[in-house]
Amino acid sequence: MMWQQEAWTISPVPAYLAKRLGYYALLLLAAVCLSYLLASLALDPREYYAGRQPPIPVASVNHHLDEIGVNDRTPLPHRFLRWFGHAVRGDLGQTIDGTSVNAEFGRRLGVSLRLLLTGTVFGTVAGVLVGAWTAVRQYRFSDRAVTLASFALLSTPVFLLAILLKTGAIWFNQTTGTDLIQFTGEKSPGLTGGFWTVVEDRAVHLLLPTLSVALFAVASYSRYQRNTMLDVLGSDYLRTARAKGLAQRTVLLKHGLRTALIPMSTYFSYGFLALFTGATFTETIFGWHGMGEWFVASIGKNDVNSVVAVNLFAAVTVLCSGFLADILHAALDPRIRQAS
Amino acid sequence: MSPLLQVTDLDVDFGGRPAVRGVGLTLERGEVLGLVGESGSGKSATALAVLGLLPGNAVVRGSVRLDGQELVGASDKQLTRIRGSRVSMVFQDPLSAFTPVYRIGDQVAEAVRAHQDVSREQALERAVELLDLVGIPEPALRARAFPHEFSGGMRQRAMIAMAMANDPDVILADEPTTALDVTIQAQVLDVLRTAQRETGAAMLLVSHDLGVIAGAADRVAVMHEGRVVESGTAVDVFTRPQEPYTKQLLAAVPRIDAPRAPQPPVGEQVLKVRGLTRTFPVLKGTAFKRRIGTVYAVDGVDLDIRRGEALALVGESGSGKSTTLFELLELARPEGGTIELFGQRLGGLSATETKALRRRVQIVFQDPMASLDPRMPVGDIVAEPLRTQGADRVTIGRRVPELLTQVGLDPAHAERFPHEFSGGQRQRIGIARALSVEPELLVLDEPVSALDVSVQAGVLKLLQRLKEELGLAYLFVSHDLSVVRNIADRVSVVYLGRTVEAGPVDEVFERPRHPYTQALLSAVPLPDPVRERQRQSARILLAGDPPSPTRRYDGCRFRGRCPLQAQLGEGDRERCGREVPVLDGDGAACHFPRVREVV
Amino acid sequence: MTTTVIAEEAPVAAPPAGRATVVLRRFLRNRTALAGAVVLVLLFLLAFVGPYVTPWSYSHIDYTALRAAPDADHWWGTNRIGQDVFAQTARGLQKSLIIGLLVAVLSTGLASLVGACAGYFGGWTDRLLMFFVDLLLVFPSFLIIAIVSPRLNSSGWFALVGLLGLFAWMITARVVRSMTLSLKEREFVRAARYMGVGPFRIIWRHVLPNIASFLIIDATIQVGGAVMSETALSYFGFGVQPPDVSLGTLIADGTGAAVTYPWMFFFAAGLLVVFVLAVNLVGDGLRDALDPTAKGASR
Repeated sequence: MMWQQEAWTISPVPAYLAKRLGYYALLLLAAVCLSYLLASLALDPREYYAGRQPPIPVASVNHHLDEIGVNDRTPLPHRFLRWFGHAVRGDLGQTIDGTSVNAEFGRRLGVSLRLLLTGTVFGTVAGVLVGAWTAVRQYRFSDRAVTLASFALLSTPVFLLAILLKTGAIWFNQTTGTDLIQFTGEKSPGLTGGFWTVVEDRAVHLLLPTLSVALFAVASYSRYQRNTMLDVLGSDYLRTARAKGLAQRTVLLKHGLRTALIPMSTYFSYGFLALFTGATFTETIFGWHGMGEWFVASIGKNDVNSVVAVNLFAAVTVLCSGFLADILHAALDPRIRQAS
Repeated sequence: MSPLLQVTDLDVDFGGRPAVRGVGLTLERGEVLGLVGESGSGKSATALAVLGLLPGNAVVRGSVRLDGQELVGASDKQLTRIRGSRVSMVFQDPLSAFTPVYRIGDQVAEAVRAHQDVSREQALERAVELLDLVGIPEPALRARAFPHEFSGGMRQRAMIAMAMANDPDVILADEPTTALDVTIQAQVLDVLRTAQRETGAAMLLVSHDLGVIAGAADRVAVMHEGRVVESGTAVDVFTRPQEPYTKQLLAAVPRIDAPRAPQPPVGEQVLKVRGLTRTFPVLKGTAFKRRIGTVYAVDGVDLDIRRGEALALVGESGSGKSTTLFELLELARPEGGTIELFGQRLGGLSATETKALRRRVQIVFQDPMASLDPRMPVGDIVAEPLRTQGADRVTIGRRVPELLTQVGLDPAHAERFPHEFSGGQRQRIGIARALSVEPELLVLDEPVSALDVSVQAGVLKLLQRLKEELGLAYLFVSHDLSVVRNIADRVSVVYLGRTVEAGPVDEVFERPRHPYTQALLSAVPLPDPVRERQRQSARILLAGDPPSPTRRYDGCRFRGRCPLQAQLGEGDRERCGREVPVLDGDGAACHFPRVREVV
Repeated sequence: MTTTVIAEEAPVAAPPAGRATVVLRRFLRNRTALAGAVVLVLLFLLAFVGPYVTPWSYSHIDYTALRAAPDADHWWGTNRIGQDVFAQTARGLQKSLIIGLLVAVLSTGLASLVGACAGYFGGWTDRLLMFFVDLLLVFPSFLIIAIVSPRLNSSGWFALVGLLGLFAWMITARVVRSMTLSLKEREFVRAARYMGVGPFRIIWRHVLPNIASFLIIDATIQVGGAVMSETALSYFGFGVQPPDVSLGTLIADGTGAAVTYPWMFFFAAGLLVVFVLAVNLVGDGLRDALDPTAKGASR
């Protein structure tokens, strides 16, 4: 609105957000420490070396485990302190294969973020719009159809959806006689060409994984948005806005949807959680070498340090989305801006 | 010349249920037509139907003509052009009527820009002018506030400003003062008159309050069950009602000028409160709250109630009436001052003693729907205090039908849920629940303010009967002074958390001595157009809203709004600013009390 | 709406029925809900009596019938290694029924307890409980289950139920908390307090019944969600461990053969849908029975 920009300067928003940030840092610390302890207790790195041909001598295994700092003969508090000491200095240790966790982390971070961000942004925006639209058309055919479709989608396991999408893509490619839709990996191996060729290649590869992440977001957000929008549609202030002589469109978008977005900010932060879990499957199924795939592989290898690194990533993304939701909430709702 | 607005044979159905039946109204230029009726009479639906603002499940038939142009069945585009420009609307609840996320000034400016081709800045300037016109202090600054930062009265003023924005021909005011205190109601009605004068608009004033209608309307139409049962000039309808329903309605209205023989106080003291105080911290921050101020909600309340006596606690909202009640009901040591119940001083009582006290003091709440658990059958609701006191199943099974009969309900309805009852019946359930453990003191928090007048009369009669039969004592909180006159034996007036005047009801109402009491009484509209118009000229209009209870005031806390201040000399004024006036027993806490008849 | 005040009949001698009786009566009057309940009972019968009816055990391999279509011998056919689909589906249904219902009850129960306490008591109770809730939210639950569950083979899939329940209640708890906060200010709760009703009794008698609609809907969603989580975990080999089966593992195994050998896929998938649907019907019926203002559920 007219004075929105000024509102930022005069309201105590920064203090409020700083406080939230402090709280999140505390949560992050607790969550990461707990996941280290849990991973150390549950995983047995020694097993990774068992059953090799020829067998690896115990002393050499011990030596290797000591180097990485995951030897179960060292008391857990010692291992934890050593890991923690490195971690606060930004060093997440070594993988069980002896490579740097940080390097692996950096490599995979971009892959996961690309998938999660495009999927989330697309899914959120589409979900909000679809939800608002169905609320306005409550009980009409379009509303019922969307409702049914989203319930069907929400009761489909992620991997099943991914497989269906793949099958659909194969069918599409076969009928059109092209290989337009790519669904393995993030890019075509050995591709040469200019900048635009690469971008196009990436986009084509991104399509299906993004869809499988976004569709769930659309399905669930549209449900929530429909509810909040319905609450707002019956409100007195929409009637006031109409009584002023505003056009229906202005009433619905400027007064209706704008207010109905406020409660959604809470759902946005929680929704990210589910998306992250879903992305783990998506990556594995579509052969993206991201965090989720790393995680599944690390558990198989009993790789404590890598597992903790992925947990750290998950916790940070969830908290970041929570923080963004806080900012969004404060930006949307003047009552929050002033009450705090 | 044809009338400005003509409604003929208007029918409104909500999902097949008829709400309005064959209503015909005419509104001439510049006149005020009062549309009066109880809830569910179809008066609001009629007003909304004029602008096509009814919800989607409503079916409208008949004709609404504005200057000859038919509005029923007009396209949304045509209606959009008329809404807010030729016909504008003032809604009832001003908090929910403003979009919470936009500034008041922007929302008023939006109404300007919807119909005038002006720039944002010009629209905003116009908005500030309008806010100034309706008496909002510092309009340029307040235009930047959000709806939640406005008080109820201020929001209603802004609402009126918005309705004035495009010089409408007709203003539809739907219960414009219902949620407001009498003092604020008087101000808002005054602003509405200004708005009407400035724009020269005709007004359709919808209200359930016969007093408001009597004071404002030139002509009156009475609605009942979707039909207009009687219409005519205000004087005719009020003084010579023809239809039985109108007669009934007028007879049921409690009147502030109706003397009653109060019972002399008998029996022992039930409640004694001296210098009660209660503060609340003003907090800031979300995760870690810190205190940045104090609300002095109750700051020196004295009360005395004897057996068989009804004491009314009156004052504006925010004056600490309800806080006083809740402090009492906590049965704990008060923050300041003393509370004595049945001779026992609160604080330091054992759990058994507290439990025994709980039985002797029960409460009836304001909103009968909110105070009954919607998910519980009525039998369980009434039995709850009994269960808490450890009564066995047999006793409960015997008492519940007894109690329901006692308050005039059918005992066979014990298995029904609250929503299956009407408002008055629900309040009777609330009373039955309170009576279940045979209390001696009944605390009533606005027990009839959510009810229609005819239902109100029934509940008041029941309360009167129970008091006589069971020898109950009542502590009665109400903002409706007419009701107070009807039921109370004694009155205690509170202002900003402090008792300012106390005494027998007739004494206080007929010979008020504190200027605040005088202002309160004078703001109450009488359901009598002739007398009401005479009173209007002599009305004591208090300026502004009650001051903030977050401040401590030196001297008399009423002096900022006191109409007497202007008449006092320099030295006297200084005394008011320095010395806190004290109240000892009955009388007024004022340095210069003088009797003034205002009713 | 009824407005009669005068008694139409003689006062009843029996004490009026309490809430529980009234709710049960209203539930039994609801046909669709009753149908849902009957279907649930049938599913349980199929899951727990089925294995005794068929001569095949779920793990037995019949080398004479690989990928056999349903016939008199193998009622629902066999899978690609010759296991009886009926026996496997019954076994899988056992798992999924119990996982779904138990997780839902566990997580919704936990959520309402924690949420209602945090909201009702406020202050430090609230702050501590909410920190705990936030911590579990930040804790990537799926990952934790993935780490822990394969290592709990000895205690079996009961531990999986516990884990799924433990990580599924936090968002619900937050919603319950905010609903409790607003209920706490409602006059009927205040009324109960001034009558001397204790805090836990108020939570039990006034707060929870008034958020029951939400809790029931949430529980029915949790049933589906739990089965789905278990399915997903099993897909990666983190959930129910072979040779044991659940509907999830059966569906995951049968997906590839859905077109060519439909019996391997559709019995399991169909039962999953029927199960989730029946739970939803019962949930809707319960919600209507508890909500006196619900349409069509009036006296």
